[in-house]
Amino acid sequence: MTITLIFLACIMVTVIGWLLRQTLNTQPWVSNEIDDAVSGKSLDTNSKAVGLATFLAVATSLFGLFISAYTLRMKMPDWNPLAEPDLLWINTGALVLASIAFQWTRGAAVKNNDNSVRIGLAISGALSVLFLGGQLLAWYQLQAVGDTMARNPANAFFYLLTAVHGLHMLGGLWVWARSAIKVWTGAPSEAVRVSVELCTVYWHFLLLVWAILFGMLLST
Amino acid sequence: MAYVSIADRDHEIEHHDPQTFITKYIWSQDHKVIAIQYGLTAIFVGLIALALSVMMRLQLGFPDSFSFITPESYYQFVTMHGMIMVIYLLTALFLGGFGNYLIPLMCGSRDMVFPYMNMLSYWVYLLSVIILLISFFVPGGATGAGWTLYPPQAIAPGTPGIELGIILMLASLAVFIVAFTMGGLNYVTTVLQARCRGMTLMRLPLSVWGIFMATILGLLAFPALLVSAIMMLLDKTILTSFFMPAMISAGEQLSHTGGSPVLFQHLFWFFGHPEVYIVALPAFGIVSDILSTHARKNIFGYRMMVWAILAIGGLSFIVWAHHMYVSGMNPYFGFFFATTTLIIAVPTALKVYNWVLTLWQGNIHLRVPMLFAIGFIFTFIHGGLTGIFLGNVVVDLPLSDTYFVVAHFHMVMGVSPVLVVFGAIYHWFPKMTGKMYNETLGKWHFWMTFFGTYSIYLPMHYLGFLGVPRRYFSMGTTDFMPESAHTLNTSITISAIFVAVTQLIFLYNMIVSLRSGKKSDPNPWGAATLEWQTPDNPPKHGNWGHHLPEVHRWAYDYSVPGYPDDFIPQNVPASAEAPAGRDHGIHH
Repeated sequence: MTITLIFLACIMVTVIGWLLRQTLNTQPWVSNEIDDAVSGKSLDTNSKAVGLATFLAVATSLFGLFISAYTLRMKMPDWNPLAEPDLLWINTGALVLASIAFQWTRGAAVKNNDNSVRIGLAISGALSVLFLGGQLLAWYQLQAVGDTMARNPANAFFYLLTAVHGLHMLGGLWVWARSAIKVWTGAPSEAVRVSVELCTVYWHFLLLVWAILFGMLLST
Repeated sequence: MAYVSIADRDHEIEHHDPQTFITKYIWSQDHKVIAIQYGLTAIFVGLIALALSVMMRLQLGFPDSFSFITPESYYQFVTMHGMIMVIYLLTALFLGGFGNYLIPLMCGSRDMVFPYMNMLSYWVYLLSVIILLISFFVPGGATGAGWTLYPPQAIAPGTPGIELGIILMLASLAVFIVAFTMGGLNYVTTVLQARCRGMTLMRLPLSVWGIFMATILGLLAFPALLVSAIMMLLDKTILTSFFMPAMISAGEQLSHTGGSPVLFQHLFWFFGHPEVYIVALPAFGIVSDILSTHARKNIFGYRMMVWAILAIGGLSFIVWAHHMYVSGMNPYFGFFFATTTLIIAVPTALKVYNWVLTLWQGNIHLRVPMLFAIGFIFTFIHGGLTGIFLGNVVVDLPLSDTYFVVAHFHMVMGVSPVLVVFGAIYHWFPKMTGKMYNETLGKWHFWMTFFGTYSIYLPMHYLGFLGVPRRYFSMGTTDFMPESAHTLNTSITISAIFVAVTQLIFLYNMIVSLRSGKKSDPNPWGAATLEWQTPDNPPKHGNWGHHLPEVHRWAYDYSVPGYPDDFIPQNVPASAEAPAGRDHGIHH
């Protein structure tokens, strides 16, 4: 649980620290024109970005808890480490490239380069699908050698963690698909700029989470 | 930017008015309609949970008198009562109901920032409720594992509902968490990004602060429940061993190997303790606003109230293991968690002092919402004080399995938040419906509920001291339980039935007032917060007509010296005050 606590402590310190800064040195009972002129936005950004940031905090908490559960369960005597398929390295490569492709698409979207956005979305989507396909293939490889989920808690965690990570990517791909269909059917890149920017952030997050999970799975 | 959320728009709002009955009341994206949908669904399941508690009490008060209450069904009643009350009623009602209704109105927004997702949130919540209710009718019935669903017994043979009941319960929780997350993202983003001009965070009413912080807690804590639900679902369905230890049941070796039940307890309470504050913080906020409005006095120590909410929110994540003293743990852990538990009493006590000091020398109007708010202060102090008992390891150990604990948590997170729910409904009913209810019936409802619940839970503390064990279907004959304990149990049951029946007054009052109540004044209480300043009563879709309000003051300008009215709405500019030169120092 220490790991979750560290994750959460970081989130809570950020949130509470930021909120405290809004509240110190104010005298709300005194009306003043400076406060009257304050716009209703606390953060100078798109509301969707705030929504995404909040969601990333939720996902961080979720993965942190899974990792905590993993490290606690690992200490029990019946734990039998799993030999991860080498295919995972290729999948990881695909995910890294997907992340880079998104970053590139984002650059194109900011510059309103319609054609590059169409190509960039195609590449990043294809790489992401490749990653998910590779993960499924890794499952089949494990099944083939008899490493089923119920055989050992280490196996169970492997399937569970990859599944939860994959589900998060599917959620991202839904947003990706909406943007991709829009630009492929002729909409200007301006129409999907915000979505592409948010997808980029989300894919970097998915890469980071996968890197941590993969590192943990390999090292134990 | 291609997308402008409805909350950012100022003009042309009329074009968004939904026209048909279906888009207006069923598939509605209006936060107020969604709030009422959430509220009605939550109250509906709450009534089921209330009925279940009466069944439990019938068995405890008159053992073996009712053939339809078997030991199995008793445990199913206990489990479903607890789960429904905590999650499907209180969490959904405070955040989905009041959060949805109050946040945009109190912040001066047109709607939530993601209205479509908000609508989805309700329908997914409804789905989770339906899954939950289906579990009553499947073979084997609903789960009887206790609301904490501890493994191994939650899925081991011998517990009622281990066939489909537990699966549906866990699935329903997972679906609920998805619904909550969709709603929660909306509440946080709306509070941060869609307030009207002049509404600084520190000018927000405390209701919004409480709901906001509770939502953050929920967003970070519900994943723990999701993790434990998913893992237990796998233990149940494909026989993994996340939580299930190797065990022999009824002479047969189960196929699970060395899983860790304590791991489940950690995960569950990592959610479970913040959950207490997910329910309590909105109640704290709402009570603050009701007290201030009906005492015609600014809230005492507004900033301190905000800081206390933040402190409670932060601390609530590091007290979870005080629910696990009896599970066995390193004594230093117990010491740590006892200390943090006692520390969290400090900001909580601060809030109680501030409520009492808000009443001090106020111009108190004992209207129905005010009665419920003051009643809350009583029940919350009682429940809170027994919490200090139980927070200490040495006191907790002997009391943990007794009715003392039942009395404690029902006072602190059963009766107290429910009193606030009633207070809030009575407070905002005129705004939600445009009608006024029968105040005399409301007062009867309060006094009967207040004394009724006290006569249920005060004696339970005594039963706990006697050592009467909780969770038991039947007490049998024991030396340490005198005959008077049985008599007391009967009396508690009679009080419980009395309180349950009393709620019919509330339902009758609400339904009749909705149909034929007299038209309410747009601001019957003379409240300063924005929701009472809408151009229409009840507010229409978009809330504010053509122009968003602008805020010029905090939410608590009551009885300002020199001002003709005893309140100044938040959207009244300083220049409009008469006469000029008001001394701000006087009232703080």
